[in-house]
Amino acid sequence: MSSDTITEPAPRLVEDPAELKVVPTRHYARWAAGAAVIVLIAQFVHGLATNPVWEWNVFRDYVLSETIVQAVWVTLQLTAYATVLGFLLGTVIAFMRLSRSPLLSTVAWAYIWIFRSIPMIVQLVFWFNLSALYKELGLGIPFGPVFFSVDSNTLIGTIGAAVIGLTLHQAAYAAEIVRGGVLAVDDGQLEAAAALGIPRLRQIRRIVLPQAMRAILPTAGNEIIGLLKGTSVVYVMSIGELFYQVQVIYGRNGRVIPLLLVATAWYVVLTSLLSVAQYYVERRYARGADRTPPPTPFQRARRFVTKESS
Amino acid sequence: MSAVMVDVHGVHKSFGPQEVLRGVDLEVSAGEVTVILGPSGSGKSTLLRTINHLEKVNRGWISIDGELIGYRRSGNKLHELKEKDVLKQRTNIGFVFQNFNLFPHLTVLENLVEAPVSALGRPRKEAEDTARRLLERVGLADKTGAYPRQLSGGQQQRVAIARALALEPKVLLFDEPTSALDPELVGEVLDVIKDLARTGTTMIVVTHEIGFAREAADTVVFMDAGVVVEQGPPSAVLDAPQHERTRAFLSKVL
Ligand SMILES: Nc1ncnc2c1ncn2[C@@H]1O[C@H](COP(=O)(O)OP(=O)(O)OP(=O)(O)O)[C@@H](O)[C@H]1O
Ligand SMILES: [Mg+2]
Repeated sequence: MSSDTITEPAPRLVEDPAELKVVPTRHYARWAAGAAVIVLIAQFVHGLATNPVWEWNVFRDYVLSETIVQAVWVTLQLTAYATVLGFLLGTVIAFMRLSRSPLLSTVAWAYIWIFRSIPMIVQLVFWFNLSALYKELGLGIPFGPVFFSVDSNTLIGTIGAAVIGLTLHQAAYAAEIVRGGVLAVDDGQLEAAAALGIPRLRQIRRIVLPQAMRAILPTAGNEIIGLLKGTSVVYVMSIGELFYQVQVIYGRNGRVIPLLLVATAWYVVLTSLLSVAQYYVERRYARGADRTPPPTPFQRARRFVTKESS
Repeated sequence: MSAVMVDVHGVHKSFGPQEVLRGVDLEVSAGEVTVILGPSGSGKSTLLRTINHLEKVNRGWISIDGELIGYRRSGNKLHELKEKDVLKQRTNIGFVFQNFNLFPHLTVLENLVEAPVSALGRPRKEAEDTARRLLERVGLADKTGAYPRQLSGGQQQRVAIARALALEPKVLLFDEPTSALDPELVGEVLDVIKDLARTGTTMIVVTHEIGFAREAADTVVFMDAGVVVEQGPPSAVLDAPQHERTRAFLSKVL
C-alpha cells in the first residue's frame, strides 16, 4: 500500500560521520571504590607519619648509619655469591640431569632431592658446625693417602660456611629452573645447530641457553629476591648481615619497631632495584622474540606525556 | 659420468620394532640434483637424516665424496666416530629443514656467521663478507640486521638456505623446503633452489612439488615403504613410470 514510505530517505543525523562525538561510559561504582581506597591509604600514611610508636627520629638516625650500611653490604655480598655460584652449579646439575648418561642424571636427581629436602636453616647450622664432624679437610685419593689437609673451620670460615650453605641450597632450585628453561627450547634448534656442525658446548652456550633465558628469568628473579631476604636466616650464624645487625642494635637500646623498619626499608629498596634490573635483563633476552619490542616504562611514560599535551 | 658424491649403500633403519628404511641404495653424482618423491611415512625424511648422521643407521653405510659418514673403517670393522668428528663431517653437508629452524635470537647475519666461525674457525670478518654475498644471492641483502621472526616464511627459508651455503658444503639436503609456506611464497624459494641447481650444486631434495622435479631434477627417485621403488630421469619416472606403486602415487598428486 505505501511503497512511497520505503523510498523516503532516512533522516540523517549529521552531515559527516567523522563529526560524531563519542561519549565514554561513566564508571560510577569504580570511582566510588577508588575514592574509598584513597581515603584508607591516606589514613594509613597519616598514622605512619604521626603515630609516635614508629619513632621516625630513631629510624632516621640508624637507616644510613655506618653499621647498617656495612650490614647491607654483607647482605648484598652473600646474595651475590650465592646467586652466581648457585646458578653456575645449578646449570651444571641441570645439564647432568638432562644428559643421556644414567649415572650423571641419577646423581643430579639425587642432589636436587636431598638439597630441596633439607631446610636451609638446618643446612646452615650444619655447615657452621662442620669442624665438629670433620676436624680436618684433606685432599687425596679416596680411601688412599691424604696429600695435604687443613683445619676445616679456618678454611671455610663463618662467611664461607654461609655462602656454601646458601649456594648448595640455591643450586638445587636453580637446577630445576634451568632445566625447565632448556626443555622449553624447541628441539629443532639443537638439531639445526648439530646439522651445522657447531661444537657441542657452543650449541649450549650460544643457541640453547640464550633462548632458555626467556623461560628462566621470571622464575630466577623470584629466586634471587627470595635469596636476598633468605640471607636473613644467616643471623643464626652471628654473621653481621642486615637482620643480625638490627637485632644487635635493638637488643642494646630496646627500639625494636624503628629498627625493624630500618631493615624493612632496606629490603624493599634492594628488592626494587633487583626488580628493575630483572625487567631490563628480560628485555634484553627477548630480542628477536617479537616483531616490534614493547616500549620501556620510560618510553611509555614519555609517549603518554607527549600525547596528553598535544 | 661424473664422480659419485653421495653413496647410500644398503641402509636399514628401525625405530623400535618398526623398520623405516629397508635396504636403501642411492647414488648421487657430483653437480646433480636428485628429487625424492614418495607418500607420507615412506622414510624420505629419515633417509635424509641418516645422510648427515642425525640418525644412526642399523645396517649399511653412507659416504660423501668417498668419506664414510659417522664411522671409521679399519679392516672389517666400522668404528663409531666421536661426536666432535661427526660435527666436523656435517660441515660438508648442508641441511635445510621444513620449518627453517633459524636461530630466533640472532640476527640474519649472525645466523649465517655462527657456524663458519665456531665450526670451521673462519675469521669473523671473512665470514661476514661471505654471509653478505650469500644474502645478496638469495635476494635478502637488505635484511642482514633483521631477526628471523620479522621475516616472511619465504624469506626465512631463503635465509636458511644461505645459512647452509655459508659452510660451502659438498652437498645440500632439503627436507620439504616449501611445505610450511603459503602457496604464493613457494615460488621464491624454488627459484633460489633452481638457481643453485644451474650453478652445479649437488643437491638432494625431498618435495611434493612435481613441477619442480620435472624442471630441475636430473634424477627422480620414488620411495615407498622404506625402499627405492624406481628411479631415473624425470621424463621416465614422471611420464612413463614402470611401477604400479609409482603410478598410483603420481595419479594422486598430479
Ligand atoms: N624418531 C622417530 N621415532 C619413531 N618413529 C619415527 C621417528 N622418526 C620417524 N619415525 C617413523 O618413521 C616413519 C617414516 O618417517 P619419515 O619422517 O621418514 O617419513 P616421510 O617419508 O618423511 O613422510 P612425510 O612425507 O610425511 O614427511 C614414520 O612412520 C614415522 O612415524
Ligand atoms: Mg618427511
